[in-house]
Amino acid sequence: MTRFLVRRLAHAAFLLLGVSLLAFLFSTLAPGNYFDEMRLNPQISAERLSALRAEYQVDRPMVVRYARWASALLHGDLGFSFAYNTPVAPLLWTRARNTLLLTGTATVLVWILALPLGVWSAERLGRPADVALSWATAVLLIIPDLTLALGLLVLAVRSEWLPTGGMVSVGFDGFSAAHKIRDVALHMVLPVTVLVAAALPVLLRHVRAAVAEALEVPFLRAAEGHGISRRRLLYRYALAAAAHPLIALFGFSLGTLLSGSLLVEVVMSWPGLGPFLLEAILARDLYVVIGGVLLSTLFLVTGNFVADLLLYWADPRIRSEAAGR
Amino acid sequence: MSTRSRLLLCVAVLAALHLGVACAGFFAPYDPAAQDREHPYAPPMRLHFVDGQGGLHLRPFFYAQALRSGSFDAYEENRTRAIPVKFFISGAPYRVLGVLPLRMHLFGGDVPVYLLGSDGYGRDLLSRVLFGGQVSLLAGLIGAGLTLSIGLCIGAAAGFWGGWKDEALMRVAELFLALPWIYLLFAMRAFLPLAVPPLKAFLLVIMVIGAVGWARPARMVRGIVLSAKERDFVRAARGFGASGGYLLRQHILPETASVVLTQAAILVPQFVLAEMTLSFLGLGVPEPVPSWGNMLASLQHYNVLVSYWWMYLPALAMVPFFLGYLVLASLLQGSRGTSKIGEVFGGV
Repeated sequence: MTRFLVRRLAHAAFLLLGVSLLAFLFSTLAPGNYFDEMRLNPQISAERLSALRAEYQVDRPMVVRYARWASALLHGDLGFSFAYNTPVAPLLWTRARNTLLLTGTATVLVWILALPLGVWSAERLGRPADVALSWATAVLLIIPDLTLALGLLVLAVRSEWLPTGGMVSVGFDGFSAAHKIRDVALHMVLPVTVLVAAALPVLLRHVRAAVAEALEVPFLRAAEGHGISRRRLLYRYALAAAAHPLIALFGFSLGTLLSGSLLVEVVMSWPGLGPFLLEAILARDLYVVIGGVLLSTLFLVTGNFVADLLLYWADPRIRSEAAGR
Repeated sequence: MSTRSRLLLCVAVLAALHLGVACAGFFAPYDPAAQDREHPYAPPMRLHFVDGQGGLHLRPFFYAQALRSGSFDAYEENRTRAIPVKFFISGAPYRVLGVLPLRMHLFGGDVPVYLLGSDGYGRDLLSRVLFGGQVSLLAGLIGAGLTLSIGLCIGAAAGFWGGWKDEALMRVAELFLALPWIYLLFAMRAFLPLAVPPLKAFLLVIMVIGAVGWARPARMVRGIVLSAKERDFVRAARGFGASGGYLLRQHILPETASVVLTQAAILVPQFVLAEMTLSFLGLGVPEPVPSWGNMLASLQHYNVLVSYWWMYLPALAMVPFFLGYLVLASLLQGSRGTSKIGEVFGGV
């Protein structure tokens, strides 16, 4: 177990190190930096600019900057934002919280919908109900989130049923607590719908394929012959036998919590990590970009790690394989 | 229908769709950049077959639209004069596939006809969708070709060499898989210059898209090469003194064909979407050249969203293409004997 854990942790650390190096490399190759545009501003003198450049150390070689940044990171410091003139970590945290609210809700909904629907569909493999569902998921699959998000926006704007854009209405601070919750929930409807519609078909198809495969296994046929109730058979045994790919997918869902909703956030102007990072990339706000990318990668790596742990716990084959090595 | 004939049908439909976009100049009534300042934000025109007196016309006709006096975006139809649609008429010059110069268009009229409406500069949306398809699909196709070539080379090299080289290449691939791909797309785009002329921007976008997705196909190719190089006939050929290059070319790479084809069917729509995303956000192909992505950029303005719903129509242009590629991918996957449909779509 320890050996397995250490291997996976080392792997995760390697990935994070690689991603941070890659991010620094990209940023060094990028033409210009945040202070270049200030040169065009007649109100900022050349001396002030060179003082700023010296203060933020943008002209030092990449290796030096990386070393300084990495050592600061070990002390929990993600660096300083040029544009906001504050430390990066609290900035990122506010935005990440909004993103997590959105994606967390969407992920929970997707799993609640996909598991029973997938089992239901696998039970009826090839019958009209299953075929109809397969076509429905195929249609959802080919409509990209960009198209869906814009379409829902057009509908919502024209019908005026739902608020569009942003996370809260004007005058939010004056609302009562219940009104506040209602307001945010209403603003969440559109982006969450898009996220669910984008993730549901993939997950549904995986659940269906995994359960359908499990239902063919001899021990389940035998269990059926023993007269175990259909429901118990499907949810207690078939789903457990199909768990392996689903656990890996669960890890993936966890991992994309921060990065999966970028485009939807931009389209719906949700004040999450997505629009924030896009803005930072365009403004070359270096440490915000690197911090955001690293945070997202951390989620991805953690998601995979959690999936590995869950698999270790759930699948005896992996345990014996790890012990045998 | 057998799988083979389904596959042929699917390929034929896809080929017809692509041919339609390749011959955009013929199907589009106007030049995609031609502006008509008299008709900004003209709504889609309706084709009529029955006139006001109840008479039936075999040749469809439409009514000219003009701005209502005093308004800058409300149009009214002039019902007094029916304008017949003319077919195979001569109009704006264009080149088929960039070479053959022609002037003939499928349809047109004596006054401007906007079947999908027009945008803020009075440019015909139908023409722009068709020409925009050329940009977006070409970016997807070339990007996929580039990615698959890189993936094939790296995967084959890793699988064939084995040892530490294999290990190192696969670690890098894992790094690329670990990064959220949309960030990777942005990051690579960000380190390239932002304001560039259309052609250069187009090439940049293709390069960026092509460089992002190689890791997954590389891993798959590596797996096949690893098992193929231990097959008996390959060992036999090696024993007869065949060189590494010969083995790869003659015996090993042909084995990867089905995986590469399936990956192509999956990657092309993904990359078309990547181009759309970049151009939508203003990081891709710039105006006045149309692409399926930059045509949607105006929807980021609230007033366009509220008043001019037809500006959304270009977002639906990729649906038949994506459907075609989806069916193609699942047919190719099915014919290889793997039943896990889901694996195809887990990519993004």
